[in-house]
Amino acid sequence: MAEAVMEAAQASKNHRWKTDPVLTVEHLTMRFGGLVAVGDLSFDVGRGDITALIGPNGAGKTTVFNCVTGFYKPTEGRIVMRHGHGRHDELVEEITATDRQYSIEGNSAVYLLERMPDFVISHRARVARTFQNIRLFGGMTVLENLLVAQHNPLMLASGFSISGLFGLKSYKDAELEAMDRAVYWLEHIGLVDRADDPASDLPYGEQRRLEIARAMCTEPHLLCLDEPAAGLNPRESADLNNLLRFIRDEQKVSVLLIEHDMGVVMEISDHIIVLDYGVKISDGDAEHVRSDPSVIAAYLGVDDEEEIDIPEVREDMHSVEELETQAAKPKPKAAPARKSKAASTKSAKSASDANRPAKMRKPAKPDDLKRISGVGPKLEQTLNGLGIYKFEQIAKWKKAERDWVDGYLNFKGRIERDDWVAQAKEFAREAAKAGRSPSSRKGGK
Amino acid sequence: MEYFVQQLINGLTLGSIYGLIAIGYTMVYGIIGMINFAHGDIFMVGSFIALATFLALVAIGLSALPLILFIVLLVSMIFTSAWGWTVERLAYRPLRGSFRLAPLITAIGMSIVLQNFVQVTQGARVKPLPPQIQGGVTIMDGMTENGRIIVQLSYMQMIIIATTLILMIGFSLLIAKTSLGRAQRACEQDQKMAALLGVDVDRTISLTFVMGAGLASVAGLMFLLLYGVIDFYIGFLAGVKAFTAAVLGGIGSLPGAMLGGLLIGLIEVMWSAYFTVEYKDVAAFSILAIVLIFLPSGLLGKPEVEKV
Amino acid sequence: MATTSIKHRPQSNIFAESLKDAAIAAFLAAVLGFFFLALRTDIATGGLVLTTRWGLYFTCIAIVFVVRLLLNIFVFRSAHPVTETVGNAVGQLAARSGNAGKWFMRGLFAFAIVLPFFFTIFFPNQDRQYIDLAILIMTYIMLGWGLNIVVGLAGLLDLGYVAFYAVGAYSFALLAEYFDFGFWVALPLAGALAALWGIILGFPVLRLRGDYLAIVTLAFGEIIRIVLLNWYTFTNGPDGISGIPKPTFFGLELKRGEGNFADFFGIAYDPIHRFIFLYYIIFVMAIITNIVTMRLRRLPIGRAWEALREDEIACRSLGINTTSTKLTAFSVGAMFGGFAGSFFATRQGFISPESFTFIESAIILAIVVLGGLGSQIGVVIASIVMIGGIELLRNLDFLKQIFGPDFEPTQYRMLIFGLAMVLIMVWKPRGLVTTREPTAVLKEKKRIGADMVAQGEGH
Repeated sequence: MAEAVMEAAQASKNHRWKTDPVLTVEHLTMRFGGLVAVGDLSFDVGRGDITALIGPNGAGKTTVFNCVTGFYKPTEGRIVMRHGHGRHDELVEEITATDRQYSIEGNSAVYLLERMPDFVISHRARVARTFQNIRLFGGMTVLENLLVAQHNPLMLASGFSISGLFGLKSYKDAELEAMDRAVYWLEHIGLVDRADDPASDLPYGEQRRLEIARAMCTEPHLLCLDEPAAGLNPRESADLNNLLRFIRDEQKVSVLLIEHDMGVVMEISDHIIVLDYGVKISDGDAEHVRSDPSVIAAYLGVDDEEEIDIPEVREDMHSVEELETQAAKPKPKAAPARKSKAASTKSAKSASDANRPAKMRKPAKPDDLKRISGVGPKLEQTLNGLGIYKFEQIAKWKKAERDWVDGYLNFKGRIERDDWVAQAKEFAREAAKAGRSPSSRKGGK
Repeated sequence: MEYFVQQLINGLTLGSIYGLIAIGYTMVYGIIGMINFAHGDIFMVGSFIALATFLALVAIGLSALPLILFIVLLVSMIFTSAWGWTVERLAYRPLRGSFRLAPLITAIGMSIVLQNFVQVTQGARVKPLPPQIQGGVTIMDGMTENGRIIVQLSYMQMIIIATTLILMIGFSLLIAKTSLGRAQRACEQDQKMAALLGVDVDRTISLTFVMGAGLASVAGLMFLLLYGVIDFYIGFLAGVKAFTAAVLGGIGSLPGAMLGGLLIGLIEVMWSAYFTVEYKDVAAFSILAIVLIFLPSGLLGKPEVEKV
Repeated sequence: MATTSIKHRPQSNIFAESLKDAAIAAFLAAVLGFFFLALRTDIATGGLVLTTRWGLYFTCIAIVFVVRLLLNIFVFRSAHPVTETVGNAVGQLAARSGNAGKWFMRGLFAFAIVLPFFFTIFFPNQDRQYIDLAILIMTYIMLGWGLNIVVGLAGLLDLGYVAFYAVGAYSFALLAEYFDFGFWVALPLAGALAALWGIILGFPVLRLRGDYLAIVTLAFGEIIRIVLLNWYTFTNGPDGISGIPKPTFFGLELKRGEGNFADFFGIAYDPIHRFIFLYYIIFVMAIITNIVTMRLRRLPIGRAWEALREDEIACRSLGINTTSTKLTAFSVGAMFGGFAGSFFATRQGFISPESFTFIESAIILAIVVLGGLGSQIGVVIASIVMIGGIELLRNLDFLKQIFGPDFEPTQYRMLIFGLAMVLIMVWKPRGLVTTREPTAVLKEKKRIGADMVAQGEGH
């Protein structure tokens, strides 16, 4: 058994995620109202790998996370979590056909996460997660935080509080064991001395580590980390890398992380998946991703707001748009071939674009959304990121879309108050009347 | 049919009163996110002020009813507004920025204070006022198997519905067009930001309470005229029902509050007319529970997205 | 009327400002009080009549002026507000982690044990009244502890707690009426029924947040009361149920006659025995409530409750079933409410829906919040202050000599109660005892300040 595992691991040194995935995401689509946050996304997470999900802001990374951990119900798609080596393809198909959530056979088990509520995913499928904005139990001590994470085994040991209420020994033993595990993790994150302090007293970096330790106390098979390095200084970042390596190598826990910081990602990840606008644009090891032109373009794209003022870049962008219009006509399958090195960056932009579902693709002549009062350049970009380029798209928004965008942009009612929809309708009508004036761009307000 | 139409009219009249109170709840909730538990009692205070003013005016020999009513309306609005302002100033402002349960507790405390203050100073017995405005227009006059039924829209009901309409329109304009309305909406969004941009947040919140109390006092006057009986305890039930109305319409939304008020009034009247009078409050409370559970953002409200 | 304390100002300036402020307050009092103090509507023959009470009116304005002036000088504009000093003292006394706090609690506990004898020995004429008051306070302590599980630990704001109190009381009363159950048999059943109702009412509402939950629980509380009021054939409606049996002491009844308590032990019959017995019943029930709560806090379920109060989403990410966790909090809290309700029924011997109005819920919640959310000792202090203090009004006969024989201090009970609620909350928004004790300790127990602790959902 062990040898076979070793062999399998050896044979697939580079592509463990293909042969022995702990998690597979297939055709995952998440729509909010009419907006596509994640479109037909598929990827594998290898067992024992550190897998990174990267991409610019608004690329849908956190949405993917929320789908995997059950906080959102995906609109479409299948998310399979596996315990035990191998792909178990037949078993997966078998339970997909039924309405069961999971199947356990001996040491291996298969879970369909999209069918399970969030807490069951953590409890049974053993997927733990952390949050982008740290969610510790601030008024409880560091130690208590780690004990809460062991709720389910302790609950069982306390006879669902009945035997625990009478102070039976079995529960006391279980609690001591839980304390031991908590102390074990406190030692690894260097917080033993602060065990009895309230969690919200800790500095930011330590809170991050505590959150990871808390997630590890649930004894997960897969640990999902949402931007664990955000806001850390270089030293803390290095500590984090060591911790993640420890989790992977010593604890044999697979890690899936969202990260912004390319440095962190490239250094520790075995496998990197790049998302842009909810679509996968690259997938492979660090080497592969580093040299993938579409990735470079997507990352350049993050900053194109500033660069748009540089004449050459603007020209570049213009030619990309032209290329796109040509490319859009035949088949958007593979973007314009990479003819020369110079062209590759430009075409890559459209390559990422071409991967997107048809209705989200950038149209030939996008409207100047900035004309809507309340929309600035930054917002326009974000809206474009959602695949919204035309006034008529906004004009069609109903309540559901409006509310979702509100939530997405963290606006709370602003869209309605500024009445984007009515404004957009007006502009759309105007545009239709003017017979689509080519340059409707005027200074944003 | 005739019976139904009559109940419809009655329901709309009662609903107008609930709607006027509900606006106070909805505005306060919109701006500081708290349930102003004492608002129902502000309504009660308003009705007592209206009663006292009315009696005083009659006592000094004024006899023109429209004039009396107009003065009563003005006086009770002004004085009740002062009560609204004071309640906010004493019980809520010191707790602004404190944890969320605190103002709710002081609100409940204020509600107890107002009720008992009125009870102590004005006595616990009900105050009956004979109907002042009588007569009306007959809309339908039909024979049914139960005998002749006349559907009447009384002048009283007309006055109530008309006043409510006028106040609603004026009020919507106030919120939509004036700088006060803008300041209010800004505070609703983000108080810190509004303060940074030069909005006097404290003043805006105070004015919100003043306006809410003003409208509640109008409701109090109408309640007095319509039912002719008030006591120190009317605020609790009316308050809960008006809050239900605000929630049903979508808390934070002014048209929602009015719509919710009308619906609650209709439901209550219809329930009493066709089912049982005893359980009419159960109907209102059940609607509150059902709406909050299944439609927490109400009919015209904005849903909240859970941020993970 | 700025309440912010302006420090380091010249004395005369402070005085002038205080005077101006007090004048404004007096003017406001004049405006607010005009229709309530100066005028009074009364029913007389021929309709309502208006009477004037100028004396009262101006006295009240003067009182407001003086009080406001004194407050200004000694509190609002003083560099060392009196309230701050007092507040710190109280806070330290109650929350000191050292010996003083512990000894204070032990002293209180010891006094509670000997309380009936203390009163029978030292106040033989008023012992009945004092023990009765102690029973009342103890009932509220128990209710407060029960509600503290729901509000203080799990952070679920429940404004309809009185519903479970009513369910407990009516369960016992109806079981006794229809099936002849005694107190000790009906007690566990009443608790179980209340817990069941906790689950039934809790299930649909638990996904609501903060104050929406509060208002729905209020609605449920009122619905139960209205049903009790109108279901005449079953509950006897507004007439209530009377003749509810008294508890027995291991089968011995506490009344005059052969074979009863006094006779069995060979002591002279004294009606006070029954009060002492009732006191010990509620005392033991309250202590059990406290012990169970303290134990549950240290169990995974209790930690999950507190975690839920801190961050529900994080709880879900850790595999905690938040629905069942909330439901257990709700039903455990409801169960203790039910026990207390049974006790109430047996103590009164008569119950009617009137005893279970919203105001009861508000009082219990006020006790929990004023005591300091999640603090067991806070509930005790708040109960003694609020219930005991208010009941003391009944004894203030000397006030009659000041205000005349018509003066009835008890009618000001709820007014003062409401004012106290507002004032204490404004003064100490987090309640009297504000620190949280950790449920598990590695090396050194440290109390956690209130500013760290979250207060429940939707914040």
